[in-house]
Amino acid sequence: MKIIKDKAIVEDSWVHYHGEGEMPDGNVIVSLKVWQETDLSGRRIGLQLEPDQHPKDISDDLDNFELIAINFPTFHDGRGYSYAKILRDRFGYVGEIRAVGDVMRDQLYYLQRCGFTAYEIKAGKDINDAIKGFDDFSVKYQVSSDENLPLYRR
Amino acid sequence: MYKYNEDDQRIVEERAAQFRNQVKRRLSGELKEDEFRILRLQNGLYLQIHAYMLRVAVPYGLLSSEQFRMLAHIATKYDRGYGHMTTRQNIQFNWPALEDVPNILDDLASVQMHAIQTSGNCIRNISSDQFAGVARDEVVDPRPYAEIMRQWSSFHPEFAFLPRKFKYAFTGASEDRAAIKFHDIGYRAVMNEAGEVGFMVYVGGGMGRTPMIGKLINEFVPEADLLIYTEAIMRVYNQFGRRDNKYKARIKILVHELKVEEFTSRVEEEFAALNNEGAVPLDRAEVERVSAYFTDPDYDDLPENNAALEQQLLDNKDFSFWYKQNVLDHKKPGYAIVNLSLKSPGVPPGDITDVQMLMVANLADQYSFGELRSTHEQNLVFADVKKDDLFDLWQALKELGFAEPNIGTLQDMICCPGLDFCTLANARSIPIADQITRRFDDMDYLYDLGELKLKMSGCINACGHHHVGHIGILGVNKKGVEYYQITLGGDATDDAAVGKILGRAFPEDEIVQAIEDILKIFIDIRDQGERFIDTYRRVGAEPFKIIYEEFSLKGAGL
Repeated sequence: MKIIKDKAIVEDSWVHYHGEGEMPDGNVIVSLKVWQETDLSGRRIGLQLEPDQHPKDISDDLDNFELIAINFPTFHDGRGYSYAKILRDRFGYVGEIRAVGDVMRDQLYYLQRCGFTAYEIKAGKDINDAIKGFDDFSVKYQVSSDENLPLYRR
Repeated sequence: MYKYNEDDQRIVEERAAQFRNQVKRRLSGELKEDEFRILRLQNGLYLQIHAYMLRVAVPYGLLSSEQFRMLAHIATKYDRGYGHMTTRQNIQFNWPALEDVPNILDDLASVQMHAIQTSGNCIRNISSDQFAGVARDEVVDPRPYAEIMRQWSSFHPEFAFLPRKFKYAFTGASEDRAAIKFHDIGYRAVMNEAGEVGFMVYVGGGMGRTPMIGKLINEFVPEADLLIYTEAIMRVYNQFGRRDNKYKARIKILVHELKVEEFTSRVEEEFAALNNEGAVPLDRAEVERVSAYFTDPDYDDLPENNAALEQQLLDNKDFSFWYKQNVLDHKKPGYAIVNLSLKSPGVPPGDITDVQMLMVANLADQYSFGELRSTHEQNLVFADVKKDDLFDLWQALKELGFAEPNIGTLQDMICCPGLDFCTLANARSIPIADQITRRFDDMDYLYDLGELKLKMSGCINACGHHHVGHIGILGVNKKGVEYYQITLGGDATDDAAVGKILGRAFPEDEIVQAIEDILKIFIDIRDQGERFIDTYRRVGAEPFKIIYEEFSLKGAGL
């Protein structure tokens, strides 16, 4: 599957496993429950957070995760934006933060500003079109993960 | 007023281009309606009963004559020749075609306007005291802070998909004319003993189906912390506000459920953490840069008393009524604040035609430094009129139909579009407003009643602010029939109160009579010169309930 990573379209090197059926080989993105209940030794692990799973609950375990996926079951549930900010700014997480679920072109500008670096574009949307969403705005007022100074001080 | 620099301009232009692309993708079917809906709402575009409705932002109610001419142009070219001033100081167009909206946004951008975040579950257009900068009771001019907040909240990446809509209001005067205690966040700019500006911050006010008065959570947030403190509130809300039930998703419910102490401590904790992570305080220099756009216009030095005006007032009774009712004192001697009443019989409250807009723009150029303001009571204001000019201006406004001497009276009601336009409404409101304006058209009677805030909503969402009407009317629907409930005792000012339901709802053909009966009782029991709201506070609802007996029990039993 193709994803957007660091603003480029690349082949994904990860697979999802959320507890159903056999665990696939390779680098695996798992749910919190799977991570808590399954022996994952010897694997590279990504963790997927749901909107009701707060990053503070895993803040001591971040070293275990090469990536953290934040799920957007619907794109109008915006909790994940704050979670990414908190992962970056409060807990100093430097790995990949990936947006999954109901993710499309129109959120990418906001998501990358909050510290997301990878995006699984939802089925039915053209990833080549979606990637253009980063460029919707060339000017931004606020300080955020991608910008240390407010516009008036740049 | 604030003038865009290149960056500000680029943002609104890029927004117009972004929305043009979204419309194109919708029309091609690439975006499904449930996807497009969220996107278009963040740009103020609703799908109403008959057509799309576009809500254009009027940041803190300030407009130039050039901008108003562009709104007239839009009304002519893309709409049916009129616009509608809203209860949050914005303007709505009721009939644009979807395909035209990108062009409207381009036109708006050409005069430094936009429809950014005028709807949707995001930070909405910021409202303010309509007399900011000219009111005698002002301590701090809130406009520079409202503008700084407008910029900060525009496309804020973290807060575009909140649990529910989010409204800010600012005041810097001793009298609250911006209803700050009925906003998600209300900011009152104050000055401490050292002469430094700070903000009293009220959180969790609002109307809708669960009206609540905002709670003061901080008595003095220093200017430098304004944005960081706001960010802390927003982040607490974005994470913990309810998303399971849209009727419980506003921040007022979170504050209520957590209790204000717990809510406040979460905000303080977040605020401390943000500072710890190197949040950037608001620069004094930036406040000064923005404030430089809100300095006084080039006033003449004039005497406070104007003999010619005194004579005109003596000579012309109609002019003196208008002066007494619609004109206010100005901080600058020899100047006055003029309210243009958009309430007259036969016209929905707040409606204004394209021709009227052009005429108003011309009058603003001629008499008020080329600027005007919109008010949350759906009127317009010329903020800087020479007393010498009042008589001429009055005559011009009379021809336009905007000189009804009814500001603050029963006729100056605020009213939502209701079932005539709105998909949410349960009942029509505009025809009831019209009936009331026609029934109570004796100005001597209206003046005798004194200040009386009548506010009407066509449904529980309370866009017409009925909860804070001294008398409120709420449209309800019972088995497909429209009924109207009466509330008494609401107040949007410093003595904030939510009105209480008086009793059963009335059908359409009885509601106006019911209002008249309430007013008769009021006149019987009021103390000399007492306002309705003060009488109500003194005697309570009980004396007014007698109207039900006299109504031969025809009410709906709701």
